[in-house]
Amino acid sequence: MQLSVWTYEGPPHVGAMRVATAMEGMHYLLHAPQGDTYADLLFTMIERRGKRPPVTYTTFEARDLGKDTAQLFQDAARDAAERFQPQAMMVGASCTAELIQDDPAGLSEAMDLPCPVIPLELPSYQRKENWGAAESFYQIVRVLADRNIERAPREGRRPLVNILGPTALGFRHRDDLVEIRKILDELGVDVHLVAPLGASPQDITHIGAADFNIVLYPEIGDEAARWLEREFKQPAIRTVPIGVSATRTFIEEVAELAEVDPTSALGDNSSRMPWWSRSVDSNYLTGKRVFIFGDATHAVAAARIAHEELGFEVCGLGCYNREFARDVRAAAREYGVEPLITDDHMEVEDAIIAAQPEMVLGTQMERHIAKRLGMPCAVISAPVHVQDFPARHSPQMGFEGANVIFDTWVHPLVMGLEEHLLTMFRDDFEFSDENGPSHHAAHAPKMSQARAPTIDADVPEEPVVPADSGSIWTAEAERELKKIPFFVRGKARRNTETFASDHGRAEIDLDTLYDAKAHYAR
Amino acid sequence: MNALPPSSGCASELALKERPSERAPVLRERGQREVFCGLTGIIWLHRKMQDAFFLVVGSRTCAHLLQSAAGVMIFAEPRFATAIMEERDLAGMVDAQEELDRVVGKLLQRRPDINTLFLVGSCPSEVIKLDLAKAAERLGAKHAGDVRILNYSGSGIETTFTQGEDACLASLVPEMPAGDSDGAKELLIVGSLPDIVEDQFLRLFKQLGIERVGMLPARNACDLPAVGPQTRYLLAQPFLSDTAMALENRGAQRLDALFPFGAEGTTAWLRAAATEFGIDEMHFNSVVAGPRKRAKRAIEHSREMLGGKRISFLPDSQLEVPLARFLTQELGMEPVEIGTPYLHRTHLARELELLPETARLSEGQHVDKQLDRVREDRPDLTVCGLGLANPLEAEGFATKWAIELVFSPIHGFEQAGDLAELFARPLRRRDVLRV
Repeated sequence: MQLSVWTYEGPPHVGAMRVATAMEGMHYLLHAPQGDTYADLLFTMIERRGKRPPVTYTTFEARDLGKDTAQLFQDAARDAAERFQPQAMMVGASCTAELIQDDPAGLSEAMDLPCPVIPLELPSYQRKENWGAAESFYQIVRVLADRNIERAPREGRRPLVNILGPTALGFRHRDDLVEIRKILDELGVDVHLVAPLGASPQDITHIGAADFNIVLYPEIGDEAARWLEREFKQPAIRTVPIGVSATRTFIEEVAELAEVDPTSALGDNSSRMPWWSRSVDSNYLTGKRVFIFGDATHAVAAARIAHEELGFEVCGLGCYNREFARDVRAAAREYGVEPLITDDHMEVEDAIIAAQPEMVLGTQMERHIAKRLGMPCAVISAPVHVQDFPARHSPQMGFEGANVIFDTWVHPLVMGLEEHLLTMFRDDFEFSDENGPSHHAAHAPKMSQARAPTIDADVPEEPVVPADSGSIWTAEAERELKKIPFFVRGKARRNTETFASDHGRAEIDLDTLYDAKAHYAR
Repeated sequence: MNALPPSSGCASELALKERPSERAPVLRERGQREVFCGLTGIIWLHRKMQDAFFLVVGSRTCAHLLQSAAGVMIFAEPRFATAIMEERDLAGMVDAQEELDRVVGKLLQRRPDINTLFLVGSCPSEVIKLDLAKAAERLGAKHAGDVRILNYSGSGIETTFTQGEDACLASLVPEMPAGDSDGAKELLIVGSLPDIVEDQFLRLFKQLGIERVGMLPARNACDLPAVGPQTRYLLAQPFLSDTAMALENRGAQRLDALFPFGAEGTTAWLRAAATEFGIDEMHFNSVVAGPRKRAKRAIEHSREMLGGKRISFLPDSQLEVPLARFLTQELGMEPVEIGTPYLHRTHLARELELLPETARLSEGQHVDKQLDRVREDRPDLTVCGLGLANPLEAEGFATKWAIELVFSPIHGFEQAGDLAELFARPLRRRDVLRV
């Protein structure tokens, strides 16, 4: 048993739902008790879908257990086939139905349903949501793909590609897809199929006709891609185009497989991020310490962008999906940090406190942790929240995605020129540093109480520090500390205290403060 | 049961429109149920009982349900958690009871502020017949003096949404101290209410002159009120059948009343207690008149929007029948279908009498057929769960999220206007929007 207060991933059947809901003409029959229907609201509320997920739940009750839950399953299957007339039906069990062992696969096979059936075995007590999505998608492809399909010769036609991985409830999948299509269009490559998002079972049957695959979200698409590689000899592109350099690599790889010229796609002049990052205002970003946590793909991409494209220092890196931990371990080695592979958010919180980053890049959970600790934060990864489905176009991938990432990550920080002004004018009440960055949402300078500035709720004066600090500070040193701008004050305090204890100083006076400053100078 | 005296004063306005026997039979359906399971109750119960912790013994699905239904991420460490069963627990590689001991030990070590721990059964724990009663007894003995350990089931195979609260409160009843069976009558209010509503009711009872009033649940689970033959109890919620039975087994008697929604419901509910406790009619009217008038005034605001509008309820919380009565009686709405997961005919007898016989009552659910009926009936407002609201809106139906009726303060005089507003707002919004 694992004590859990909150989880990054749902059970595997929720992953299967994300695949079914993404598709057209698919139906998912889930052997499950009432209550498991809560999962519908993830799609209708978080993603604001205007349609119910195409899922029928058998909603068996305790009184059915002694009788015939198998009959209930078969009745529900027949009703669903008749009412929804799907092109194909996924069948499976949730955690409870797995225990009663009704064998949905066998039952549906015996029924001779009027459409192809994809039986799913998703072990609820071992696996989680992403795995469930990947396995479901793989099974769908394996069952439905027409293996006799012949690819037309390449001469005289444009190259064809499948885009694999986008699902319902995906982190920015909707907008990423727009960017990827733009790139492929520029390259003169035709999209044969996007799956699961928007694909019908009939579309899936032709999946083998494409020349190669793009694995946009490896957590969901890679298992199917590996099978397609074997079965149809379709090579796969696994570079995830998040960030400018990855987007360039991605374009080059696609161009190579498609045998097209990448020049015009690489020359995309809507890419502002490189100049925004090089412009002098961004100087202050240099060496900002960031802690990164999310799904493996987004975390690794974020680390690369942070390190190479923004000049941050990666001070922590981790993921919650063990299946892809290897990628994170490799990246962590590169940045010289200890990889954090865990699905326990309290462990992540401890790691953030220990690393004392200047910024956190994480999931919605890390956003809450960072808020509590008074640290700036940007969200880079699922699990999704209603805020992760903005009305505006907000991709992570491609050059526009990199632009979006620049804004999203940099805005929570105090900006360069502003940092400078705050330092110069911090004693003027108009520039009171305790008001925090002026461009922050929900920011309003508060000048009440005889001009005693109060603190913006989003930006506490300094990050929470463990108690027992302060007592060894002399009044003079404490006053000097207050003169340091608020956004580095917490770090200065901690560094000085660490320095003092490392050097056996019983008290922190002005000298200790400046000795520490010199010690930590970079 | 204590019958109310012949109606007089305010109650005379509750004229009986028809006899229940003239109503069409209740539509009973079996099929897919689109409802929460009883675990969901933990979301409001843990906030009500501030010294209690709820440990669900279940699966990742249970944990995911709780965090999704609560709709929020966790700001501070909450007083609920899930002991997620894993393959090794099921394959018999470890003893599930021993694992539970370990998890509970770890939990209690981290949360020494807990006075009452509920072990909450789930679908998987019920199916594998993990004996949580035995576990509670064993762990209770081990931690005796520090923590009281109770258990109930919130599983979806046994409980629907608010029945989780019923199961939880029923598990508290045996823990209630025995009252003085020869002593004066005591009033017990049963059903969790937001603190602000609870305080309003307690003030009213005090003004009425009823001094000995207990609450189940109490704000601190360790301050349970006494129960015995001297106890007269009023249900504040319509979904507490097991709790009622458990209380009656200990000698308590139920005061039959409307549920305290709206000016009329609240008046009738208070009157049931006043009559039982021999409160003078004049005094009752003088205490109730002010807030009752205020409630009516507050409701008036929404009456224009809601009067004559047709409403359908999909089954959710068992609040459907009393709320339909409130909307019919006090706001002039016309209920088309009143779906409820479970219809408790005794507790709802007075409510049912006040519903128009044209209203279709349905119990249980076949969600697809029910949605077909909504499409055919075309009500002006449909009350439904979160999984159905946006899809119905996209089809052009105005909806009200049922879950808000459970999470918001809606009982009593001072909330009557807010309750009406909850139904009026979706309609007003549709009128306002030009987009």
